[in-house]
Amino acid sequence: MLQLDDVHAYYGKSHVLHGVNMRVRPGEIVSLLGRNGVGRSTTVKAIMGLVAMKGSVLFKGEELAGLESHKIARRGLGYVPEDRSVFPTLTVRQNLVLGMKSRRQKGRWNIDDMFTLFPSLRERADTAAGVLSGGEQQMLTLCRTLMGDPDLIMIDEPTEGLAPKIVAQVGELLEEIKNRGVSILLVEQKLTIALAISQRLYVMGHGQIVFEGTPEDLRSNSTVRKEWLEV
Amino acid sequence: MEFFLTSLLNGLSYGLLLFMLSSGLTLIFSMMGVLNFAHASFYMLGAYFAYQISSAIGFWPALVIAPLVLGLAGALLERYGLRTVHKSGHVAELLFTVGVALLVEEIVPLIWGRMAVKYAIPRELDFTLFSLFSTSFPAYRGFMLLVSVGMMVLLYVVLTRSRIGLIIQAALTHPEMVGALGHNVPRVFMLVFGVGTALAGLAGVIGGNAFVTEPSMAAAVGSIVFVIAVVGGLGSLEGAFIASLVLGIIQTFSVALDYSLSDLFAGSEVALLHDEALRSLFSIRISQMAPMIPYLVMVLMLIFRPQGLMGKRE
Ligand SMILES: Nc1ncnc2c1ncn2[C@@H]1O[C@H](COP(=O)(O)OP(=O)(O)O)[C@@H](O)[C@H]1O
Ligand SMILES: [Mg+2]
Repeated sequence: MLQLDDVHAYYGKSHVLHGVNMRVRPGEIVSLLGRNGVGRSTTVKAIMGLVAMKGSVLFKGEELAGLESHKIARRGLGYVPEDRSVFPTLTVRQNLVLGMKSRRQKGRWNIDDMFTLFPSLRERADTAAGVLSGGEQQMLTLCRTLMGDPDLIMIDEPTEGLAPKIVAQVGELLEEIKNRGVSILLVEQKLTIALAISQRLYVMGHGQIVFEGTPEDLRSNSTVRKEWLEV
Repeated sequence: MEFFLTSLLNGLSYGLLLFMLSSGLTLIFSMMGVLNFAHASFYMLGAYFAYQISSAIGFWPALVIAPLVLGLAGALLERYGLRTVHKSGHVAELLFTVGVALLVEEIVPLIWGRMAVKYAIPRELDFTLFSLFSTSFPAYRGFMLLVSVGMMVLLYVVLTRSRIGLIIQAALTHPEMVGALGHNVPRVFMLVFGVGTALAGLAGVIGGNAFVTEPSMAAAVGSIVFVIAVVGGLGSLEGAFIASLVLGIIQTFSVALDYSLSDLFAGSEVALLHDEALRSLFSIRISQMAPMIPYLVMVLMLIFRPQGLMGKRE
């Protein structure tokens, strides 16, 4: 479904990704793990057309490299950034509405689904998104992207800084997303939910993939965990 | 009292006209980070186009056609000029808009001459709306007020109620995210630029005949609008609104006020007034100082509140 071949990415002159190869198959949850600063967010941004890159990104058999990000989104890729970029002056409902690519878009999700999944968003539907708590903003960004009905959603560190109870809720939501036939590329640092829900995992170090395998492979490979994951 | 009321109305109509200009400038600045120095050129072109069109087919068609043409021209300028220059950074963009402004300033006198053109108020609106004792309020001023308020309400409704307005609001703070959700942000930029220049053109259409249509009008109004953008806080629509009204009213009053400091002290024999230099300073009339007041306000604002009225500190 998604296939990266020899992807390089750059911020100005600094060369951050050095030939990344990875793939996500239809219906899969795949995690991209690694310590801070290894290039996980950059990988996702490169796929989304948000940083300068070289190499090939195939999605549903078509090349994405070089396309503008709004075109990439319209091919069915969803992106949830790590910095919780809700539109602060708009209400929760307006944020969700802007997730849709057109006024009358129909897909797997509607606003009521989101409110059922996260009742606190329903209560605050008409408040400005800027005043929500960090956790609520995180949920809103995720729901907003889902409103665009992506076939593959890339989620950058959804559990960072969240209370354990909400982390569990996020895990459940990811399962629900998968059950509706959406593939997931999950960027994480901690192993907790990644090991529990992923079919396959990649570990990244210094702008390259250093490990690829199933949760069992990673559980039994303490060398990789020690060298590339544990702090 | 009647002087106060008519001056206030005049100031209001001038202030709202300034807002029609500064709102576009502000929206363009906050979306693209470009201070469009050519913005007032569209104001001038609006006046000249309206003059040309109204001498052929009348004022009312000109009122509609001139802003539409300038909106289209603005959109094309963004699409084929600014967007290309954008790749070379903000300084290049700034210089590009300065270049366009200078170009327009040279082309206009080539076509229409260096003297003011006879762009007159339409006959239908050339009467006195009401008179209060000795001062009168022209109907055309009322018309300007009406058009500006109408435009402002429309702009507000579109920005806060329509889907495209929400996309614009979102793109003000998070353009990348809006794009990643599948909205064509470059096209939104082009649209905003076009609407901004159309508004500037409309201001020219209704301002050009209320004031004077001449090649120096872009520079004159441009510097005031620049002051408004700074005083209001770069990128803040509310700030631009308040600053437009305040400066419009201050300027109207100061032009109309024919007093000097020495009038204030007239009668009382102040010893100071025997000094020659001080006497000439004291006899400067407020109306003579009027052109300088906006810049004075800007300088004071930059000293005491550099982020402007409503601006957020960087
Ligand atoms: N906007 C940027 N400009 C320059 N360098 C950046 C930028 N964003 C990230 N980097 C650098 O790129 C590298 C990878 O960052 P990132 O992809 O955010 O890592 P991760 O998401 O794995 O923590 C880091 O060394 C970081 O400092
Ligand atoms: Mg990151």
